[in-house]
Amino acid sequence: MEHAGIGHGHSLKNYLVGFTLAIVLTAIPFALVAMGVLPRTTTFVIVAVAAVAQILVHLRFFLNLGFATTPRENLLALVFAAVLIFLMVGGSLWIMFDLDYRHGM
Amino acid sequence: MLGRLTIDALPLYSWVAMSGAAVTVLGGVCVFALLTWFRKWGYFWTEWFTSVDHKRIGIMYIALALLMLVRGFVDALMMRGQQAFALNDGGYLPPGHFDQVFSSHGTIMIFFMAMPFLTGLVNIVVPQQIGARDVAFPFLNSVSFWLTAAGAGLVLVSLVIGRFSTAGWTAYPPYSGIGTSPGVGVDYWLWAVLISGVGSTLTGINFLVTILKRRAPGLTLMRMPLFTWTALCVSVLMAFAFPALTVVAALLGLDRIFGMHFFTNADGGNMMNYANLFWIWGHPEVYILILPAFGIYSEVVATFSGKPLFGYRSLVYATAVIAILSFTVWLHHFFTMGASANVNAVFGMATMIIAVPTGVKIFDWLFTMYRGRIVFHPAMLWTLGFIVTFVIGGVTGVLLAIPPVDYLMHNTTFLVAHFHNMLIPGALFGFFAGVQYWFPKAFGFRLETKWGVRAFWFWISGFYCAFMPLYLLGMLGMPRRMERYDIAEWQPYLIVAAIGALLVLAGIVCMVVQFVVSVRNREALRDGTGDPWNGRTMEWATASPPAPYNFAVIPQVHELDAFHDLKARGLAAQRPEHYEPITMPRNSMIGVLLGAFGFALGFAMVWHIWWLAVACGLVMLGAVITRACNDDAEFTLSAEEVRAIEDQRYAPRDGATAAGVVS
Amino acid sequence: MSAAVDMRENEEQVLHAERAFGFWIYLMTDAILFALLFATYIVMLPGTAGGPEAKALFSLPRAAGETALLLVSSLTFGLATLAMLAGRKQAVLGWLAVTFLLGLGFVAMELSEFAGMIALDNGPERSGFLSAFFALVGTHGLHVSMGMLWIVVMAAQVMIKGLTVPVGSRLFRLGLFWHFLDIVWVGIFSIVYLPGVM
Repeated sequence: MEHAGIGHGHSLKNYLVGFTLAIVLTAIPFALVAMGVLPRTTTFVIVAVAAVAQILVHLRFFLNLGFATTPRENLLALVFAAVLIFLMVGGSLWIMFDLDYRHGM
Repeated sequence: MLGRLTIDALPLYSWVAMSGAAVTVLGGVCVFALLTWFRKWGYFWTEWFTSVDHKRIGIMYIALALLMLVRGFVDALMMRGQQAFALNDGGYLPPGHFDQVFSSHGTIMIFFMAMPFLTGLVNIVVPQQIGARDVAFPFLNSVSFWLTAAGAGLVLVSLVIGRFSTAGWTAYPPYSGIGTSPGVGVDYWLWAVLISGVGSTLTGINFLVTILKRRAPGLTLMRMPLFTWTALCVSVLMAFAFPALTVVAALLGLDRIFGMHFFTNADGGNMMNYANLFWIWGHPEVYILILPAFGIYSEVVATFSGKPLFGYRSLVYATAVIAILSFTVWLHHFFTMGASANVNAVFGMATMIIAVPTGVKIFDWLFTMYRGRIVFHPAMLWTLGFIVTFVIGGVTGVLLAIPPVDYLMHNTTFLVAHFHNMLIPGALFGFFAGVQYWFPKAFGFRLETKWGVRAFWFWISGFYCAFMPLYLLGMLGMPRRMERYDIAEWQPYLIVAAIGALLVLAGIVCMVVQFVVSVRNREALRDGTGDPWNGRTMEWATASPPAPYNFAVIPQVHELDAFHDLKARGLAAQRPEHYEPITMPRNSMIGVLLGAFGFALGFAMVWHIWWLAVACGLVMLGAVITRACNDDAEFTLSAEEVRAIEDQRYAPRDGATAAGVVS
Repeated sequence: MSAAVDMRENEEQVLHAERAFGFWIYLMTDAILFALLFATYIVMLPGTAGGPEAKALFSLPRAAGETALLLVSSLTFGLATLAMLAGRKQAVLGWLAVTFLLGLGFVAMELSEFAGMIALDNGPERSGFLSAFFALVGTHGLHVSMGMLWIVVMAAQVMIKGLTVPVGSRLFRLGLFWHFLDIVWVGIFSIVYLPGVM
């Protein structure tokens, strides 16, 4: 049965691969934090990288986003939202921590 | 049972408040009475309130905007009146009133006048300009309108039951927090803004999908009319900026209702984050207000110069650049909050850069007029008035973009003059031009021009009289929002400003007269062709007013200025041999329901009537679920019905010209 | 006439493609909403007002449990989607039920976390930091609850109307929503719970 709007590539294999990758990318940061073996900054970085990687895994394997399969407008909307998030969150953190510093909080 | 609502909520505390309430109540009663006396409830219910037709919804938006324009303008008259006399306590307003007046003035003019006005114009015109039959989500369109109306209703009702906010249209904490504003005013503001904000977000999504997905064949992006381009950019801004407003208003609400500490003075709150979040929304918002006006000016200039737009590509790129950069300048609204020089400098530079593409547009419009055959239709007068006056405001904006200068000007009347200079000649004149331009398309007859010209001259002279003194006063050091002052030097300027407000009042009266006279003479002003100005864009191909489906046959586009091109090829007035059945969306009462219960939900939250709030929320949820289970939301117009409607359009002409030949 | 029927079906396909795209745009705006809540949370980390900090409040095992429930529920919703594409009605209902139960478990754990904190006087009115925490995590939990309500509605639609095109289109959008919420949760455990416990 056809469903408009559903991309190609919906398959059991996709979901299982995505699920496995997501488990790995979750287990690593949780384990590192629980065990506390690495220095704080390094752990932070690994948590961040794993998070970004896992988000990409979700986008690719659960939401079936792909350069060939997804309509251009959808990808453009995602990129645009990502840029705005970078500007809004980055700008907010820069501004607010700058204010904190100058107001001695 | 009724939360904190008691008899004390009635505005019996001053004659000003009582008269305001009386007028509001009387107005509502009159409307009800008229509708009942003329037995028009059924007609309005089926033809307008439950309609999902973008043209009907657009007209309702504009009607709401014009009503709120009058309401917000009364606030303006009151402020100008107060300040003209307020030297050494000479003013007439009781204490606390002035604060409510300037707060409601700003809130109404931005959220319930300008936003509905531009949304209405975009609604009526854009689907026709792209050769579509309706927007992508007609039902959501109706929901958006009724949610906006619910917000407006909350502001109106605050005049009768309770008071409005005294925290300005921006409601900065800690003043707007529960400690210093324990009354209902800020809550009215909050819920009006939250509820109508959902409507605006949905509109943004709706038009984004419509413009990207519903264009006629051959209408590539670089062949779209400029008004559609600005509508596209505005949709992006609406969809992506409003979440910030939702967040900041909701967090303020949580502080006020549940005693949380997002923006409190103590207990780990961060008041400055309010300004940060608010203006992340607030700056894109002002571009939402101005870009559609720029689009209208582009259309009007081209049509009434009888020439294609100069520099189409540069206009498109300028619009897109403005839209994107609008997300990078928001700190300039709080240069003085204490950020370091680096932060201020970066945002200051971004603010100066964003002025450049607007400058490009001004030149493009001037070059369009150069060597054109100018027709001084009222729409063109509004445009010319805009070009001259807006540049002044733009220049003062670049001045304010310099942080050290802004330290002197921030929160003075210089700033007030600047943003009114942007919004009135910029946005409002554009919307007025749009009304003069597209009225025949919406209603089938033109507006007579004499009173239109008079309205323009009163408005523009009124604007200069009302706001140029404010620039000077700002440089003399007068702060904004002053209820009284003791510097005699300021008073003459404020008297001139008050005269300006009276001139604008005359302008508004002329507009009402223009409307009445035009309705009375509508047969003489009838537009039978659908194309009264020899337009260039596709909306002029439909009937005036259009059939419900706009186009019986979706047009094929070949060039920029698609309709002009069709006329040049002799294809404009051809009737097809064969009609197809057309699928149309059904009317729906769920939009009205969501608006009505949204209003009641907001009211209940304001007065802490928790059971009512929960009940309304459940009804709204139920309505949404009901709609989500509805698979029968469309009906089909048969080919014969379509032919009958088209026959009516062409009937008077077919006698005079042979079918298929352009007259 | 088959040409008219074909055209009608074509229109339907286009309609549902547009709805999927419109819903995707809505999710992007929701992403902005969550991003601003994240930014607020980070800005308010120092705002503990003499009250407890993250380390004293968050439990890694509970966060791990919630993560597992949500992640598995994403998989089970995917299986529901596959069943829908294959036209297997009972399998769709079954996987929707499993997804619902996993979501219920998630919300229950979260509510118990909130209740525990409130009982110890560490509710959202205690400090700015706690307000920001409750707002961010609570908003996500509210979204999950709405998703669960939507699952119930869709299950009813599948039972009553069967796997029609409109029903499938709505299920697809619910899937987008559900997976999106798991993505936001990745952000939450990476920014709130893991750094909080370190």
